[in-house]
Amino acid sequence: MKNQTTVERRSERELVLARTFNAPARIVFEAWTTPKLLERWWAPKSTGVTLLSCEADVRVGGRYRFEFGHGASKPMAFFGRYIEVTPPSRLVWTNEESDDGAVTTVTFEEQDGKTLLVLHELYPSKEALDRAIAGMPDGMSETFAQLDELLATLG
Amino acid sequence: MVQYSRTGFDASFAALSDATRRGVLEQLGRADASITDLAGKFHMTLTGMKKHVGVLEQAGLVTTEKVGRVRTCKLGLRRLEEEAAWIERYRRRWDARFDELDEVVEELKRKEKLDGRKKRE
Repeated sequence: MKNQTTVERRSERELVLARTFNAPARIVFEAWTTPKLLERWWAPKSTGVTLLSCEADVRVGGRYRFEFGHGASKPMAFFGRYIEVTPPSRLVWTNEESDDGAVTTVTFEEQDGKTLLVLHELYPSKEALDRAIAGMPDGMSETFAQLDELLATLG
Repeated sequence: MVQYSRTGFDASFAALSDATRRGVLEQLGRADASITDLAGKFHMTLTGMKKHVGVLEQAGLVTTEKVGRVRTCKLGLRRLEEEAAWIERYRRRWDARFDELDEVVEELKRKEKLDGRKKRE
């Protein structure tokens, strides 16, 4: 049985996603913090998007940059900085693509050999999250809106 | 399986707890109306009606649009549906990633077991 992924908009500025993994926290954390491993799961084949590069300097202050390609369209980048790295329980990064970028906190909570992963995205304002949801055409979010649509057809 | 926004629901229920606001929704279900029209229909001051419409708007139940000097109100359920659809797409995107991550994790588990065995030998 596959573990369920749940999402809720917890407040005007927050999205919270949760999923359990059948492995100890140290293993799940390793998969999130090792670039070679990250690139194997961040852009699933089923989405039709390819990861062109995946750099992640997982240290406090270290930068990450993931570049994606999708058919003939211009590659898009997802980038920012890690601001907290606490193995194997907590990872926090910023997103610097726009002023609307969220701060993402991922916690890994181990219980009986399994890990509950909670991903929390805090947007700078209600408007920023609303814009992300509305897919306002300010460059990145438009691209992601297209990506979302693509994913929905494949899902 | 979306655990839909609790705050969104709270705002909706709070908005619906008032008889006038329920009446306004019923009215807008029949036709769009300006704040002035609504104030007249419910025998209220403009300011009072603006407050009610504001609460409904906050809850995403009504949207308003100002054209010239007239603010027109209409049912805003679409926004809630859009948000729910977006959240579902977001959930699926992560769900697809996590399926791949499961495989990476299983591989790391196997490797760890194997390494452990080697160390003991």
